[in-house]
Amino acid sequence: MTRVLEVNNLRVSFPGTGHTRFYPVDGVSFSLERGEMLALVGESGCGKSLTSLALLQLIPPPGRIEGGSTIRLGDTDVLTLKGEALRRIRGRRVGMIFQDPMTSLNPVFTVEAQVIEGILAHFKISKAEARDRALQLLREVGIPDPADRLKAYPHQLSGGMRQRVMIAIALSAEPEILVADEPTTALDVTVQAQILEVLDGLRTRRGMAVLLITHDLGIVAGRADRVAVMYAGQIVEEAATARLFANPSHPYTQGLFASVPRITGPLKRLNPIRGSVPAPAAWPTGCRFRPRCPQAFDRSETEPPLIPVEPDHRMRCWLAEDPNTSRSLFLDS
Amino acid sequence: MTLAFDALRSAWRNPRGRTGALVLLIVAVAAVIGPWLLPDPLAQPDILRAGRPPGLGHPFGTDQLSRDVLSRVATGARISLGVAFLAVALSVTLGAAVGVVSGYWGGAVDATLMRIVDGALAIPRLFILLLVLAVWERVPVLALIVLIGGTGWFATSRVVRGEVLRIREEGYVRAAEALGARRRRIIFRHMIPNALGPLLVAATLGVGDVILLEAGLSFLGLGIQPPTPSWGGMILDSRDVMVSAPWAGIFPGLAIVVTVLSSNLFGEALRDAVDPRSA
Repeated sequence: MTRVLEVNNLRVSFPGTGHTRFYPVDGVSFSLERGEMLALVGESGCGKSLTSLALLQLIPPPGRIEGGSTIRLGDTDVLTLKGEALRRIRGRRVGMIFQDPMTSLNPVFTVEAQVIEGILAHFKISKAEARDRALQLLREVGIPDPADRLKAYPHQLSGGMRQRVMIAIALSAEPEILVADEPTTALDVTVQAQILEVLDGLRTRRGMAVLLITHDLGIVAGRADRVAVMYAGQIVEEAATARLFANPSHPYTQGLFASVPRITGPLKRLNPIRGSVPAPAAWPTGCRFRPRCPQAFDRSETEPPLIPVEPDHRMRCWLAEDPNTSRSLFLDS
Repeated sequence: MTLAFDALRSAWRNPRGRTGALVLLIVAVAAVIGPWLLPDPLAQPDILRAGRPPGLGHPFGTDQLSRDVLSRVATGARISLGVAFLAVALSVTLGAAVGVVSGYWGGAVDATLMRIVDGALAIPRLFILLLVLAVWERVPVLALIVLIGGTGWFATSRVVRGEVLRIREEGYVRAAEALGARRRRIIFRHMIPNALGPLLVAATLGVGDVILLEAGLSFLGLGIQPPTPSWGGMILDSRDVMVSAPWAGIFPGLAIVVTVLSSNLFGEALRDAVDPRSA
């Protein structure tokens, strides 16, 4: 397999009060192979969206990516790029789609104008050729009557259609990686499934790597190859999807599973994680989940690294070093 | 372009807006074709026909130099509207450019430009113009346009800057950036078309302002120079015959009122269409 993306020790900071800075993304590392789908899962404010924006240096000022972070796209070191060189990889190497298809399309232009924009930003071809490609792209993302839809304005399309158009735009420069930031959050459940189907198809047909960012474990199951769970600016557990679902090990991940309602088995009260996500300006010391963790113990006062639990499964919790103490409190209750 | 187009259509549906637009259109048509159909205002003076009241041959009467007032008003409309449209085009362009630069680049550029605008807004526009025109005798029309346009963009630049700050945070701008769109493209394709509504309002309301301003300057003898007819200048000339031939001043005065009123009516209808909250 070819590694298309490698992120190492990514830290993103914003200015806090006085001269301090705080770190909403604090030491995130992951990699992506060709044709692989990695799901980055976490609650709002855990840093998953900033992580995705950082991949193309799209962090809005005054935020910045700290020195010591590296992002490699194949053999390109993204963080050394500036200006025109940076623009060339945006869209071309990594395509992005965002949460809200309602606002991600410019209301004053037709779909055609906006799909062509992406093509012409990276390829020197004629408008007519670009139009042909736009038509193919719409067909590829499953838009019926693509020729008619090209002439439509965004407000004339449904949410699902708009998100398909967004995907078509993200594909327009034929990137090898597609970053989908909460692509289905604003959509109906049935439409969600269709959109995920489209993403899955791209992966198998084009061999695209997909980074799927979501807060919804439900859409991860059965689609992603691997899952990375984020909490408080860090990845706290990472594993192949099947392993993670079979054996969620980090207390936070266990808490996430316990707070998802089940449609099989006896009706039980949901078991939410107590407390709420800490603010980035005040990450707890030691293990960041410690204040909310029912299994916190003395070692939690020092910050754990990612420790292997089983092959291809790591978590940021000291319990991993002592399998006997790793009881699943949430799941047993 | 639908946003600006929608605003125009909605302003057209508003009765006041439509009245304003229609009257403005009539004045514009009169300005374009009037001088061809009407007697030459610069024709050889005929002292026997001077100071005639409105009647069949001269619907608006003649002035003390026997010139047909209607044809002078129509020719004056050319000057007044011409100056107004060109000056507004200039000031709107300048305002949009400064606003976009300020809002998109931000930081020190933004701070510097906006402090300059703050300073410029603190000095009354008429004062700046009087200062320049008082020392510049017989100012050419083109220079007058540049002067008026060059002093009218400050408020517009603020409005545009505000719009750009809003649009910069829109999803489609973020999406375009993520797509590797060039900066120029983001500005011209995404920022300006979406800021067109408020810009259109500023332009329409600006036309009325500039007509008044130019009339005022010409009335003071500092704007359009005789013998070129301008509404302000005609009122100035008519002071001597205010009692014996009041029509020489009344009609250009009415022309100013009607034109400014209708451009404001249309401008306000547009503003309501762009921003319903201020209605």
